[in-house]
Amino acid sequence: MLRLLPALTLLVMLGPVIAGLWGTVLPAFGHLPAAGLSGPTLDPFRMLFDWQGLGAASRLSLITGLIATLLSLIIVAFITAGWSGTRSFRVLERLLSPLLSVPHAAAAFGLAFLIMPSGWIARLISPTLTGWDRPPDVLILQDPLGLAMIAGLVIKEVPFLLLMTIAAMGQAQPRRSLRVAQALGYGRLSGWLKTVFPRVYSQIRLPIYVVLAYSMSVVDVAVILGPSTPPTLSVQIVKWMSDPDLSMRLTGAAAALWQLALVVFALGLWWLGERLVGRWGRHWIASGRRGQFDAPICIVSLGLGALSAGAVLFGIFGLIVWSFAGFWSFPNVWPDTFTLRSWDRHGPNALATLGETFLVAGIVVGLALALVLGCLEAEHRSGRSLSRRGLWLMYLPLLVPQTAFLPGLQTLLLNVGADIGRLPVIFAHLVFVLPYVFLSLGDPWRSWDVRLATVANALGASPNRIFWQVRLPMLTRPILTSVAVGIAVSVGQYLATLLIGGGRVSTLTTEAMALASGGDRRAIGVYGLMQTFAALVPFTLALLIPTLLWRNRRGLHE
Amino acid sequence: MNKGLILRDLCILRDELLLIEVDYDIKPGEVLTVMGPSGVGKSTLLAFITGTLPSVFRGMGTVILNGEDITMRPPHKRRIGILFQDDLLFPHMSVGANLAFGIPAGGSMSSRGGTIDAALVDVGLGGYSDRDPATLSGGQKARVALVRMLLSDPNALLLDEAFSRLDAELRAQVRDLVFRVAKERELPVLMVTHDAEDAKAAGGKIIELESLSKG
Repeated sequence: MLRLLPALTLLVMLGPVIAGLWGTVLPAFGHLPAAGLSGPTLDPFRMLFDWQGLGAASRLSLITGLIATLLSLIIVAFITAGWSGTRSFRVLERLLSPLLSVPHAAAAFGLAFLIMPSGWIARLISPTLTGWDRPPDVLILQDPLGLAMIAGLVIKEVPFLLLMTIAAMGQAQPRRSLRVAQALGYGRLSGWLKTVFPRVYSQIRLPIYVVLAYSMSVVDVAVILGPSTPPTLSVQIVKWMSDPDLSMRLTGAAAALWQLALVVFALGLWWLGERLVGRWGRHWIASGRRGQFDAPICIVSLGLGALSAGAVLFGIFGLIVWSFAGFWSFPNVWPDTFTLRSWDRHGPNALATLGETFLVAGIVVGLALALVLGCLEAEHRSGRSLSRRGLWLMYLPLLVPQTAFLPGLQTLLLNVGADIGRLPVIFAHLVFVLPYVFLSLGDPWRSWDVRLATVANALGASPNRIFWQVRLPMLTRPILTSVAVGIAVSVGQYLATLLIGGGRVSTLTTEAMALASGGDRRAIGVYGLMQTFAALVPFTLALLIPTLLWRNRRGLHE
Repeated sequence: MNKGLILRDLCILRDELLLIEVDYDIKPGEVLTVMGPSGVGKSTLLAFITGTLPSVFRGMGTVILNGEDITMRPPHKRRIGILFQDDLLFPHMSVGANLAFGIPAGGSMSSRGGTIDAALVDVGLGGYSDRDPATLSGGQKARVALVRMLLSDPNALLLDEAFSRLDAELRAQVRDLVFRVAKERELPVLMVTHDAEDAKAAGGKIIELESLSKG
């Protein structure tokens, strides 16, 4: 039984991706029985290439994705280079790790409330600096270049990459290398970049690819912060897929394949960039230059990191204020009156939606945890650890753009007449939750001292007894953390809930996104806040429970 | 019946390279010491005997305990106790729970509790049952680990650098305790160490391993 679990897990994780891609390929070549259409024909692609916005939408996806990824990586690399091991770094790390769980949509709404023409920043500097006594008519949000969208992606990807980097550094022994480099006369920054970064980079490569693929195909952030005429390719795909005219799905499917091609192209470009930078880097290392701009770069990078954390924090604060705001005239920094009206109006429905959100997340994470623990235990008992290829498979569902396979999965479910509803949504969420649960639990699970198992064996304990009575309780903390990660991922799912749920499953994220176009900031405040709450509370519990449970066991807190 | 731990034609290979070869009968109450520099695979030998050899190694030969061939038995059915250089007490259990974990199932709760209390008194730790293992000193932890292992009623004892973390005075104390108990219970003991003091105190046969894998 246990031996079959790894295969079952792969099936659960990759099955929907492969089926979804297949379900995309068919309509992309004109085959859609549900609409009475059968292929093969190239018409959907003709329709796609006839669409005037294609060039701009593709460019937008490509450029926002690449710039957001590059910017996040640069910020993370420089912060880590300049500050790792210092107190400022630990403060920043502690600030950023809870931010990781804030759903993308909530962070994007928060950022929008800060930077929009009638947002907090404009209010703070008006009218003294700007002379504005009403919101200026400038396109800050949804700007045609996608700058706001890039910012929205960066503030969420910096915490992700930073935590991945910190995890990777554990194996690279950065302190010793840095000390040697400093003894040879290198500054902190250049010493770190030359000696530690190459090793760390090879460890965080896959997460970076995930960030790139995600940034290029994200829908919720693009709807909130991205331009609308034309929107990014992924947003347009969703529009086509939800068009009442079923034949538009053909164009949507063709566009989904085009999106996949774009992501593959971007990943190739990034790979090429790695080679070039690597070559230049070796030259730079060989040159023996000690680096001259260390100090200013360090300060700027820390500033950018703090800015990125601050944007999320103040954004959430903005959500809070808006949800309690009564009348709020421009350029006042605070609302003229505070009221509970928004909570009275939206609270009950938001609470009911919270229930549905947690129900889906709970089942998904329960399944994911059972599969992951089974896989890890099978790995332990067979003595074979996850290979490099296995790791790639783990990351695959995160590398294939959502917009490429989720529409196909929806079409497939439509074709077979499967009941669209909660169950398919749960399996769609599982595709994204499983890899994150696996990746967050894998390292602590493997770093558990296996001599404890040997001792327990020698005391006559069976493998099952060791699993339940020794290993699980000892790993309470990382297990709960991975549960919290899983819940946060499930809570944040937009496209999987929207498309696979067919409008019949509404979570806090889909509800909040439904409000995006209406522009009711008070309602958005309520739902965005609930969404953040739903993701943050499990993290708090994951910290609290082991502390209480093991309050008399010092050995578990070191 | 043939009492004792018999290691018959043991050899352990890695990538088709021979690491260790041992062929020896350890009689009840006897201590066999295996010495050698770190990295020659002394612990690998013990892993083979406990049945937890990592899959990168390949072991051959026969392990016979009290007349029974246990080479293919699952690790938890071998009844071979082992002590490592770290105490490896389960940090989420109290001292008493650690001991109870090792006592074979059966008997009433109160008789199990009595066994635990008596065993703790034997090593000078009476009343420590409810303590958090993390609050004990190094020597106390070592004694609890020893008691835990003995309460599981093993038929043989393996020592993997078991005393190397203790300071000199404590080391002699704990070592004498372990050897004395082993002798009382007539347990065959296999000790791996890189410390000549340990080997001398054991007073038994010494096998020197050298790096067979290096040229």
